[in-house]
Amino acid sequence: MTVQIWTYLFVGLTFALYLGIAWWSRVRDTKGFYVAGRGVPAAANGMATAADWMSAASFISMAGLISTMGYAGGVYLMGWTGGFVLLSLLLAPYLRKFGHYTVPDFVGDRYDSRFARIIAVLCALFISFTYVAGQMRGVGVVFSRFLEVDVTVGVVIGMVIVFIYATLGGMKGITWTQVAQYWVLITAFLVPAIAISIKLTGTVMPQAGLGSDLVGESVSLLSKLDGIQKELGFGPYTEPFVGKWDKVNVLFVTLALMVGTAGLPHVIVRFYTVKSPRSARWSGFWALFFIAGLYLTAPAVAGFARYYMLDNLNGTTEENLPGWFKSWESTGLILWYDDGDGQLRYSAGEDNEIFRAGTLSGVELAALARNHQLWIDSAGADGTDARTILSAKGLSGPDRDIIVLATPEMAELSNWIIAFVAAGGLAAALSTASGLLLVISSSVAHDLYYKVLDPRASEQKRLLVGRATIGVAVIVAGLFGIYPPAFVGQVVAFAFGLAAASFFPIIVLGIFWKWVSMIPAVIGMLCGIGLTGYYIVSVVFFGMEKWTFGLSAQGIDPQGIGTIGMIVNFVVTATLAPFFPAPDARIQDLVDKVREPEGWSPAVDIEAGPEH
Amino acid sequence: MTNDTPAPSPEDIHRAEGKILKKYWFANLRLMGILLLVWAAVGLGCGVLLADILNQYKLPGTGYPLGFWFAQQGSIVTFVLLILVYAIRMNRLDRIHHDEREAIHPTVEPKGESYSGEGI
Repeated sequence: MTVQIWTYLFVGLTFALYLGIAWWSRVRDTKGFYVAGRGVPAAANGMATAADWMSAASFISMAGLISTMGYAGGVYLMGWTGGFVLLSLLLAPYLRKFGHYTVPDFVGDRYDSRFARIIAVLCALFISFTYVAGQMRGVGVVFSRFLEVDVTVGVVIGMVIVFIYATLGGMKGITWTQVAQYWVLITAFLVPAIAISIKLTGTVMPQAGLGSDLVGESVSLLSKLDGIQKELGFGPYTEPFVGKWDKVNVLFVTLALMVGTAGLPHVIVRFYTVKSPRSARWSGFWALFFIAGLYLTAPAVAGFARYYMLDNLNGTTEENLPGWFKSWESTGLILWYDDGDGQLRYSAGEDNEIFRAGTLSGVELAALARNHQLWIDSAGADGTDARTILSAKGLSGPDRDIIVLATPEMAELSNWIIAFVAAGGLAAALSTASGLLLVISSSVAHDLYYKVLDPRASEQKRLLVGRATIGVAVIVAGLFGIYPPAFVGQVVAFAFGLAAASFFPIIVLGIFWKWVSMIPAVIGMLCGIGLTGYYIVSVVFFGMEKWTFGLSAQGIDPQGIGTIGMIVNFVVTATLAPFFPAPDARIQDLVDKVREPEGWSPAVDIEAGPEH
Repeated sequence: MTNDTPAPSPEDIHRAEGKILKKYWFANLRLMGILLLVWAAVGLGCGVLLADILNQYKLPGTGYPLGFWFAQQGSIVTFVLLILVYAIRMNRLDRIHHDEREAIHPTVEPKGESYSGEGI
């Protein structure tokens, strides 16, 4: 059977499974809709959290990033997993004890301020939409390569599926679907990694394989890779601080990702779905345990793919070009412009011949290829060298998204494995998209509509608003997927920076320092968001010179500014807090109740509604 | 319960409860502080700040340069273990806290999943 038939089979089967689960776990009230009726066991919740958190970026892009960045790719591994430690220790049990539906609920009630709640809602919406846009691009990539349908058709299929199970099942349906999606995505990631590890190093565990010797050679894979990288002008793979980031930047980006992870609303809301603070703790452990399954394997896949890429591709000729190269060339994610000697060269220097299409259109690419052929045929007298144009546009090297999807093909694994990876990529993208859509829905229907606009809305009405919001959000997200704005990749840094500079400090201080009242907290939050937002927008969109803060000669990368935003938020709030009176006894009591592991949770008026 | 001792007044219970909560809270902060110290030392310390120095050595028995290994493998394993230790130790603290509350509070809810935050 061909890859395509296998892909249709796996994608069809897994989608049928997701829909079946959604039907089986459909819900009728807001509690089931937003927090799954709090009846999800800790291990299952951990698995769902893992699937929710591991997006198309983790599944498709991360190994590719590590593959091209080497040591520095570790910032994503450490940042995204280290954030779970902060989340589990500092936030999860307390937010669960607090027992509301959303993060803005906590901010609004703890600081007793409608203004703080609205800022929190807007941050939650912004972060979620940025993320959804990225997921939809992932769906588009997978569909266009493996099902060979139009990207538009692929995105529409994905949207319909998400819409059905998100509106039907709410959080309950999503949670159980995500459990299934976790198994699909982790199997799809591990099976090819194990097969490649055996092939390259003779070791079954990919994590051990990356540190082992190559089959038939007495040199370790990593040191051979270091050597090849150096030879071709890339920095050594395992050497720290040789790429675009120095030590300070690596530290700041890692920290911003860690704190940003802890502040992401769609991850935090997961801890509302368990029974108690006790199971919230277990849930945090299980989530990271299941995430580690993929995150410990990704560096191995990255290393293997890098080795294949550099070792097998360099020096091949047109006739010997592997099949995967040709099928990916048609997607524009990898392009070869020869210098006339008929031999492929992928290096960091000017003789590099491997590029990617980026956002160039098919027409532009065709013109580029035509002129390049003319340039070769006339031996440089006529036409233009496509390589100079593409490297000037910063499009040297293959698109990082193909690393995970093409590695099984590089290693010549069976067709069914290749197809299964496609199903896994879709599972990763869809599980995250559905979780995010629910956060968007609860932000609008619960925090904005019910808490601010119409506090007397009935249960059915709120559920209806929630479902309608998902509908609108699905359409917006789908449009992002079909017409991906060029800035999606850049604003993802913004999402983390914003989460780091806004939610994390305000929630931590709210729990751990009773004295902090509304005004210092809101001013601190505004300073943090303001600085982070201003810096990212100016550097990324207006080409402002990076600030050094006297720490790093190369300036702080926009991805790391969230760290400074967070520090500013903490410092401003802590400096102002002693000058303002402590919050009133009711709020102080609320903080005590949140810290106390047993007894009642603060009352939730939703329960007092006539429908219950 | 015998009638020899007068039932404690609500204020007494409230004060005693506050004392127990304070003790629980400090034990919690101490555990958290230690775990976050390890978190920073391994993740930010070995994985980033000391990576270039550690890279001179290899993880014994493998081809991994040590700093690289901490950044891409070791830190993640440590993070998983940290949360595991936290969950176990913290839930034990919860149990002790429950017993202490039970001792002063005749009407405390029965042990089990139901006492801990099913408030909603």
